[in-house]
Amino acid sequence: MNVTVMRLTARGLLGRRRALLLVILPALLLVLAALTRWASDASPSASSLLGSGFAMGTLLPLMCLLVATGVISAEIDDGSIVYMLAKPLKRRVILFSKLAVGLAAVIVFAVLPTMAAVAIAGDEGGQLTLAYGASAFFAAIAYTAIFVTLGIVSRNAVVFGLLYALLWENVLGGYVPGVRAVSVRQWAMSVGEQMLGSQAAEWSFTAEVGMATGLILLALTTAGAVYLGVRKLSTLTLSSVD
Amino acid sequence: MSTLQLTGVSRWYGDVVAVNDVTMTVGPGVTGLLGPNGAGKSTLISMMGGFLPPSAGTVTLDGAPVWRHTEAYRSIGLVPETEAMYDMVSGWEFVLANARLHGLADPVAAARAAVEQVDMMDAKDRDISGYSKGMKQRIKMATALVHDPAVLLLDEPFNGMDPRQRLHLMELLQALAAQGRTVLFSSHILEEVEEIAGTIEVVVAGRHAASGDFRRIRKLMTQRPHQYTIRSSDDRALAAAIIADGSADSVDVSSGSLAVQASDFGRFVEALPRLAQDGQVRLLEVTPADESLESVFAYLVAR
Repeated sequence: MNVTVMRLTARGLLGRRRALLLVILPALLLVLAALTRWASDASPSASSLLGSGFAMGTLLPLMCLLVATGVISAEIDDGSIVYMLAKPLKRRVILFSKLAVGLAAVIVFAVLPTMAAVAIAGDEGGQLTLAYGASAFFAAIAYTAIFVTLGIVSRNAVVFGLLYALLWENVLGGYVPGVRAVSVRQWAMSVGEQMLGSQAAEWSFTAEVGMATGLILLALTTAGAVYLGVRKLSTLTLSSVD
Repeated sequence: MSTLQLTGVSRWYGDVVAVNDVTMTVGPGVTGLLGPNGAGKSTLISMMGGFLPPSAGTVTLDGAPVWRHTEAYRSIGLVPETEAMYDMVSGWEFVLANARLHGLADPVAAARAAVEQVDMMDAKDRDISGYSKGMKQRIKMATALVHDPAVLLLDEPFNGMDPRQRLHLMELLQALAAQGRTVLFSSHILEEVEEIAGTIEVVVAGRHAASGDFRRIRKLMTQRPHQYTIRSSDDRALAAAIIADGSADSVDVSSGSLAVQASDFGRFVEALPRLAQDGQVRLLEVTPADESLESVFAYLVAR
């Protein structure tokens, strides 16, 4: 990894106006958490619904998409990435540096707020908070890798990312049982389900796959996305049509 | 001393050919890549800078291919046409970051030398987003110069510059070439190119139309047949006199006015008023038919 790439990337991610969204969405989640606590008297079940629904289902993929496009797509779109690419640096190093910045941002702006929201909405001895923290963390790794690569491959990364996050994970997953098992969210939830043990069912913290399967699928997906990302960044063409 | 070599280079996008079988050698000194807009200059520079693979042919820097060879950037400095930089940092921070990305031993000294070279020390601590177009261009230059490259590629560097900045950049490019560097810049303005480029490569519609020093190119351009449209009190009499005199290749009165094609520009310009006076014809209007750069280029291609 390269410190200068990371610093420039971080400045680019936080220096643009849309960085405001990175604060607004988690703030919304915390407000919802407070409302949930007030409405359902701090019950862990209600808290878990908020965690698996809005936090894991909508906020996390959206934030990963925002961050991933912020660390790479914005630079590809305006052409400024040429200053990083026209250097004697391995493209792999550039990609890993950007992934690290992206993951750090997602942890700060999505994973930690998810834990805070669950803790606020209702928990018993911090179990649910930890379970959601672990699940969100694993989901964040996979989502960030997928969306960063998507940002290199396609100039319409935001559209495809939104379609995946909202349609595939939420809508289709709700109606077609088979689709539900092919989902980063479900794979990541398997970790939390295992952590909660017998409590999981009671708090309706459920995953479609077991933890071993979930972790393997997460690892394969992440590795595949990173591999493709390095390859695509190595052959990224930049040319203005003159 | 470094040499860029393009051999049989073509580039197409789908079924649109942007660059068509170009072979050229770019050596030390200033080379101007001249051509009208849309001729394929940027595509060529992208391929020279390793940001676009040629569809056919090879682009090499001192024998090694540029595409997918990031080590080549140790000796290439690139000034892209796009204006976007990392606008949220200051000019100084950005040049320094570029020095660090190059892994230079003393990035601070290198960044200072580059910023001094482009005369931006006074404004270096302001954010790039607040720079004028000319200042951005100079900071872009500094990022390209920071690692002391043997080859400098500039895509339309004079766009948006005022005359003073233009002069400053011209002097800088000439100074860099005098140090033995290979400097290539693109432009669609002949005067700009001939002022500083020792060698000119003319590209039109993706094809390499002409190559050489500016005197040769200038001669090619002025020796082409000139066309004039003339309105006079008696077109037919004037046409007869011009043809009889032999100072033009052809005359045409069919379109309602008199169209003349002359290959010897100097002789025709001298003869026309004399012939009109002798034949007692009043010249009402003499218009060169196609003096646009595009038509000059088109002639070079058709040649």
